[in-house]
Amino acid sequence: MMNKPSDAVTARGLSVIRGPRTVLHDLHFSVPRGQITGLLGPSGCGKSTLMRAIVGTQAKVTGTLDVLGLPAGSPPLRARIGYVTQTPSVYADLTVHQNLDYFAAILTPGRRAAARRRTDVTRAITAVDLTTHADALAKNLSGGQLNRVSLAVALLGSPEILVLDEPTVGLDPVLRRDLWTLFHDIAAQGTTILVSSHAMDEAERCHRLLLLREGTLLADETPQGILTRTRTTTVEEAFLHLVDEAATEAAAETTPKEPAR
Amino acid sequence: MNAARTTATALRVLRQLRHDPRSIALLLAVPCVMLLLLRYVFDGSPRTFNSIGASLLGIFPLITMFLVTSIATLRERTSGTLERLLAMPLAKGDLIGGYALAFGAVAVVQSALATALALWGLGLDVTGAPGLLLLIALLDALLGTALGLFVSAFATSEFQAVQFMPAVIFPQLLLCGLFAPRASMQPVLEAISYAFPMSYAVDGMTQVLTHPDVTSAFFRDTAVVIACALAVLVLGAATLRRRTP
Ligand SMILES: Nc1ncnc2c1ncn2[C@@H]1O[C@H](COP(=O)(O)OP(=O)(O)O)[C@@H](O)[C@H]1O
Ligand SMILES: [Mg+2]
Repeated sequence: MMNKPSDAVTARGLSVIRGPRTVLHDLHFSVPRGQITGLLGPSGCGKSTLMRAIVGTQAKVTGTLDVLGLPAGSPPLRARIGYVTQTPSVYADLTVHQNLDYFAAILTPGRRAAARRRTDVTRAITAVDLTTHADALAKNLSGGQLNRVSLAVALLGSPEILVLDEPTVGLDPVLRRDLWTLFHDIAAQGTTILVSSHAMDEAERCHRLLLLREGTLLADETPQGILTRTRTTTVEEAFLHLVDEAATEAAAETTPKEPAR
Repeated sequence: MNAARTTATALRVLRQLRHDPRSIALLLAVPCVMLLLLRYVFDGSPRTFNSIGASLLGIFPLITMFLVTSIATLRERTSGTLERLLAMPLAKGDLIGGYALAFGAVAVVQSALATALALWGLGLDVTGAPGLLLLIALLDALLGTALGLFVSAFATSEFQAVQFMPAVIFPQLLLCGLFAPRASMQPVLEAISYAFPMSYAVDGMTQVLTHPDVTSAFFRDTAVVIACALAVLVLGAATLRRRTP
């Protein structure tokens, strides 16, 4: 896999150890700029771990992982990546507006940037459709609303890459559609989006897919490419097909001593 | 470090506190109520109230700021906001400085109220300047903030964090000279008491209580408290990791 300047993220031989286990095994992939890449896989397969490695908060990462041409976790990257953790990470005892004010002040500090911060905060709140709740305490919001506050924080400062860990889980279908529209709008302006989900039906909304299972990559291509290669009609079927394929390959590699079941 | 980020953090911490008026009321009222109690417990021996009262003015801010900071930073760790902040362009010093600034401000108000009540309401007899009492109280609050930050790294729940209070504070409380003069303690304990910062805080208070001028012992005591607070803050900063397992 070549390291193209057009790639936002490049991984070569990426492995991560968490606790006693190797959670990600020798991953090779790249995430192209300006597109939406979906990171799909069942719960526990390592999606959050991979995202944490990319934003530089995961320990025990080995191999090569470059983000915007710099090693993941480099200090200059911190202002260029927007990250939404899987569980909403905002202050429950502050209002939506106060939360955003604070994180905006961390991104663009100083009194001279105050006007810019104000428009930025308003833009982020509008983007996630929380204008009517701007003065509500975060702890009084529903789970879906809280998710969107967390997302709004990541939109501050117009980052070059958005890393979104399951941002649409538990949202009603209308909101989910609206968020995907927002993601496409953002990507159309040149932002790279890496979004994870354990719901396979979100795959068709992505430009590219990374299918992950038990810490290994099953596929790294376009949704259509995966369907064509596996001769299936849905990503869910394709996923099953790829799992079976991988199992057959693994069985062929180990010596056929065990009786066939 | 960046001054604007530090003050933004301090303002945020104070805003969080403002949404919790009950905590503010407790923070400000409890030391006053305790002093009031103490005054009438020692109704017959005002000299005892004098020495214990002055020491307590230094000990209250240490204990309350220890508790408040350890719980607040623990919450920051468990709510995911710490991970988010450390993935953003925030220096660890900004975060710690912000907490120290915010709780330092609370401590000033708390100590001012308690000192004013003790001096003018309860007749605490202080030879030195009341401003010096306030100065030590503030330094003690910083020390409490530093200790709280440090231990929060070793607690995984608020339950555990609260348990650190007796573990870290009580030994210091027993040995700081509040209950018995340090010189009268068993020699081993007396030696240990020199290693605890709270001893110097209480000594400093006693200096103000008994001397009209700033003494060299007062300077030494405040210097030790400041040095301890800074050392523990640096240790606390070291426990904040950008990359976690
Ligand atoms: N803090 C941790 N310490 C040890 N193992 C962990 C930790 N967090 C997650 N894991 C393990 O890492 C694996 C991948 O987790 P995760 O990346 O959260 O998966 P996903 O986001 O796909 O649901 C899981 O098997 C999980 O048990
Ligand atoms: Mg996850």
